[in-house]
Amino acid sequence: MLLLQVVVGGLLLGAIYALFSSGLTLIWGMMNVINFAHGEFVMLGMYVALLVVVWLGGGPAAFGTAAAIALFVLGVVVYAGLIRHVMRGPMLAQILSTFGLALLLRYTAFWIFSANFVSLPDTSLSGTINLGGILLPVAQLVAGVVAIAFTIALHLLLTRTNIGSRLLAVSEDRSAAMLMGIRPDRMQALAWGLAGCAAGIAGALMATAYPWSPSVGETFGLIAFVVVAFGGFGSVPGALYAGLIIGLIQAVSAFWFGPIYKDIIVYSLFVALLWLRPQGLMGKA
Amino acid sequence: MKRKPFLFAAAMAATTLLHVGNPAAAAETVKVGITWPLTGNAGAAGQASKAAAELVAEIVNNPHPELGDLPLAKGAGLPNLDGAKLELILTDHQGNPSLAQQLTTRLITQDKVHVMLGAYQSSCSFTATAVAERYGIPFMVGESAALNITGRGFKWVFRGTPIASDYARTYMRFFDDMKKAGKKIDTIAIVNENTDYGTSVAESITEEAKKANIAVAIRIPYSASSTDVSAQVLQLKDKNPDVVIFISYTADSILYMKTMKNLDYKPPMVIGDDSGFSDPSFVPAVFDVAQGVMNRSAWAVGKPGSTTYKINEMYKAKTGRDLDDTSARNMQSFFALIDAINRAGSTDPEKIRVALTQTDLKPEQLMMGYQGVKFDDTGQNILAATYLIQLHGKNYQLVWPEKAADAKLQWPMAGWAK
Repeated sequence: MLLLQVVVGGLLLGAIYALFSSGLTLIWGMMNVINFAHGEFVMLGMYVALLVVVWLGGGPAAFGTAAAIALFVLGVVVYAGLIRHVMRGPMLAQILSTFGLALLLRYTAFWIFSANFVSLPDTSLSGTINLGGILLPVAQLVAGVVAIAFTIALHLLLTRTNIGSRLLAVSEDRSAAMLMGIRPDRMQALAWGLAGCAAGIAGALMATAYPWSPSVGETFGLIAFVVVAFGGFGSVPGALYAGLIIGLIQAVSAFWFGPIYKDIIVYSLFVALLWLRPQGLMGKA
Repeated sequence: MKRKPFLFAAAMAATTLLHVGNPAAAAETVKVGITWPLTGNAGAAGQASKAAAELVAEIVNNPHPELGDLPLAKGAGLPNLDGAKLELILTDHQGNPSLAQQLTTRLITQDKVHVMLGAYQSSCSFTATAVAERYGIPFMVGESAALNITGRGFKWVFRGTPIASDYARTYMRFFDDMKKAGKKIDTIAIVNENTDYGTSVAESITEEAKKANIAVAIRIPYSASSTDVSAQVLQLKDKNPDVVIFISYTADSILYMKTMKNLDYKPPMVIGDDSGFSDPSFVPAVFDVAQGVMNRSAWAVGKPGSTTYKINEMYKAKTGRDLDDTSARNMQSFFALIDAINRAGSTDPEKIRVALTQTDLKPEQLMMGYQGVKFDDTGQNILAATYLIQLHGKNYQLVWPEKAADAKLQWPMAGWAK
């Protein structure tokens, strides 16, 4: 019974890993840019949720939506104000610019919110459901379900809609897409917006269960990179599977062998997978 | 940059020494060299301790008969040195071990201080004490906790504060009391973050538990940056120990309390080893699910009218804040040092050193919850201990030992409302 509880907990956590990694993989797939500031996007999503709850007394729907919108806007602004320009520069400038952005966001957050840990006050998501002996914390259950739904929705958007086709067209051949009447800047700004949106929602969901300070982005950023590399760069379903698998492996290995071994086990499997399948689970070779 | 004048002032403060006290009043003064981080990351802690040290000087230099058995409070100055007054010479090492070393050298060679007090960060105490040892000047380590500060074969280094092994012994004495009161404590679990702090405390507790014949059902080291601790909580649930001791930082201690509630796991008692459980964000975040959680603190304000209460009032009048555990431990070490100087009847370093080795302060002469002050061959206070406090509502209240308690111990802990 305990093991089943561990498995369920691992999968719920994995779903959130998948959600915040999907934004990272989207931007890579669209533009071959690695966004080192992605963990900071998640961190900002957490603070947006906190401000909405504390100042406006909003519930989960309100703070989730607010974080999604705020981070969508931030994603677009970052693209228009920074990425669009450095894309014309050398590869190294692209890498360092998002790294610089990460530091800027993190230390700005330190300045505004201080280094103290904060946590979300109790909301309607507090509480636990007992499902035949398996305890499901409502916040994590909602977070897991929303995360899976959002990741699937993002995947459908990319593969089944007109906008998705245009996004893919730009990523495959920018000039050809322009000849077809697609405006690449708009599409790429949209991709950044969606990535920010996913990070914002993930942040708001994480905030319901996890106390944080401005440096939390480092932890999340690292997890996102592992999930994306595991799932295959650029693949949203890959991020979903990888997130679930990593969450599950972490939980089970922490329970069986002890928490200090869980990362050793996850990263060993990760290295083994990359050795056998360097493009990741669902990546294109 | 608006910060420049401030930095300049800080630099001036670091280079020009701050003289406190009233050197003109007595023919002879006892010069106390102090080095603390008055700026930098730990600046706030250093400033709080500075105010505490100034309060000690004020208590010793002026008559304070209302403070009971506290050594040297009654009269003015040190009676065995013809009423000599204390003169504090404060320096700011900014948390930098090499600066602490330089400043200690300067205090000893140029300012000719008779004794040294410091240095907050263990790393700074480590380097500063080596200088004092070389020059043969008694150095009182106020509150640094790293084991390796004492035990290097030094003759001139003394430490008044409890260290990891003292905390571990205190927990065992508490368990012993509880068992006598009919509580069942056969097994404990230790959950520790896996850096120096958590590991050393956990090892001390494991060792002491073995001596006390209490089984450690499970020891769970983990990384404090974990985003999820469900697996750890389920491991605890599986082993079902009578007491769980957490040695944790802030985010993880909050996460543990929330996760325990979510997974409906409530051991009879949870003890948090200071740190995360004392962080200002801990109580507001989890007070509603962590009722009855225990924590440690060697300082307690005490009942109105008590000596500690009066000291706290004096400190509050000076700074506007209550005295904290860290500054209070520094004050206690400082009092022990001054007591030795008075008994030496001289400012001769060797005489003071000998007097320090003969120190034997009783609990009623202390402002802290120690069992006394008595130094072993390494200079460590072997009677250092701590009080245990328990979260009642939104405040921690002193619950053990019983004779000092402000509130009744709740066992088992209530945790959360059903």
